[in-house]
Amino acid sequence: MAETKKITTPLTDDVIKTLHAGDSVLITGPIYTARDAAHKRMTEALARGEELPIDVQGNVIYYVGPSPEKPGQAVGSAGPTTSGRMDKYTPTMIEQGMKGMIGKGSRSQEVIDSCVKNCAVYFVAIGGAAVVISQSIKKQEILAYGDLGPEAIRRYDVVDFPAIVCVDCYGNDTYKDGLAKYCKE
Amino acid sequence: MRNMNVKEVETAISKLCIQSCCHLPEEVVATLKKTTGTEESPLGKEILEIIIKNAQLAQDTDCPICQDTGLTVVYAEIGQEVHFEGGDIEAAIHAGVADGYTKGYLRKSSVDDPLFVRKNTGDNTPAIIHTTIVPGDKVKLTVLPKGCGSENMGALKMLKPADGVEGLVNFVLETVRIAGPNPCPPITVGVGVGGNMERVAELAKHSLTRHMGEHNPNPKYAELEAEILRRVNLTGIGPSGLGGTNTALAVNIEYAPTHIGGLPVAVNLNCHAARRAVVSL
Ligand code: SF4
Repeated sequence: MAETKKITTPLTDDVIKTLHAGDSVLITGPIYTARDAAHKRMTEALARGEELPIDVQGNVIYYVGPSPEKPGQAVGSAGPTTSGRMDKYTPTMIEQGMKGMIGKGSRSQEVIDSCVKNCAVYFVAIGGAAVVISQSIKKQEILAYGDLGPEAIRRYDVVDFPAIVCVDCYGNDTYKDGLAKYCKE
Repeated sequence: MRNMNVKEVETAISKLCIQSCCHLPEEVVATLKKTTGTEESPLGKEILEIIIKNAQLAQDTDCPICQDTGLTVVYAEIGQEVHFEGGDIEAAIHAGVADGYTKGYLRKSSVDDPLFVRKNTGDNTPAIIHTTIVPGDKVKLTVLPKGCGSENMGALKMLKPADGVEGLVNFVLETVRIAGPNPCPPITVGVGVGGNMERVAELAKHSLTRHMGEHNPNPKYAELEAEILRRVNLTGIGPSGLGGTNTALAVNIEYAPTHIGGLPVAVNLNCHAARRAVVSL
């Protein structure tokens, strides 16, 4: 396997073009958290012609709903949640300039097409590797929708956040490739 | 007769919630370690190593293995000679869950009205409680926190007797293929066969309380478990669903007598975070 690539956020198209499905990456920089409820609100705000509460330009959104942090911890256990629930909202977010997503599970063809069209990338983090992942999150801050509690939009400052490129900007999908390669049925 | 204060049950449940969410059973870790030796995908192998490292870190730091600490499934096997005092036993179990999830900094993921309101209950109650009355004067409690990534991928089908073993195997494999990466493989495949509609679902869930590495005592079913495990691992889904030769760690089948006209089958999947804690009082 290729060596692990270190990348920093916000992501540029030049960097995204070097990423290929199946690559392991370590992400450093700010990333933003949002799950179903926050996505719903953001797309509704856009539909009303309002601005988004965060600047998504070049940014990466992490689909996560962490466990509560213990005293002295920056964040509790914080592994990815299922991305498919965000598929409906994702093309809109990508059109707003969002460049990356981190979650787990496969994406719809619409999301994959949108990644190709707008040079965006979908990373997967290892589902259930929540403690390893939380160690890469150094700081968190609530930015919007605080009333949503654990589903509020937060900024995470991450250092060497471990992820795998799943859908690259060329439309490759590691889930499909992996299955094709190892299926022996 | 033995008197037992329900407070004792409450305290035990609280501890089991924290223990199960933070400490993966030793034999599950050992099984995961074995898979790293056989995994053909380099990426899959790397993922398995991270999963094992994660379980060890969780153990050392008393942090939840996964942020989704689930709905709390509780099995209470109550000796018929036990007499509870000091309150309501079910209320004590719920109170234990609320206490454990709060003290242990575990995520509260339970919403009340599932359809309209979906308001978080704030303390992960109510637990899903399965009570059985057994001989003796002991109380055995098992806590099985069950995340939604795997729970959502379960399925139930009322097969016909003529569908037989082949029908069952095909249904299990189809369920695993549809689940793909969502239940965080390598998974445990819990299978219930027989009974009726609700019984078969309970059998599938209960099979997940089994100590990993143990098999159904009926050799025919044990053989079927091994055969399904082999076939599940040919699907190619692999660790995290990103391709590989280790899709499942175990297949557990439980069966019960059924009607002459039916063959109910239920599949309940569990993720690599196969959490469980048990105590006997
Ligand atoms: S299915 Fe994955 S995300 Fe859900 S509880 Fe299990 S390991 Fe965690």
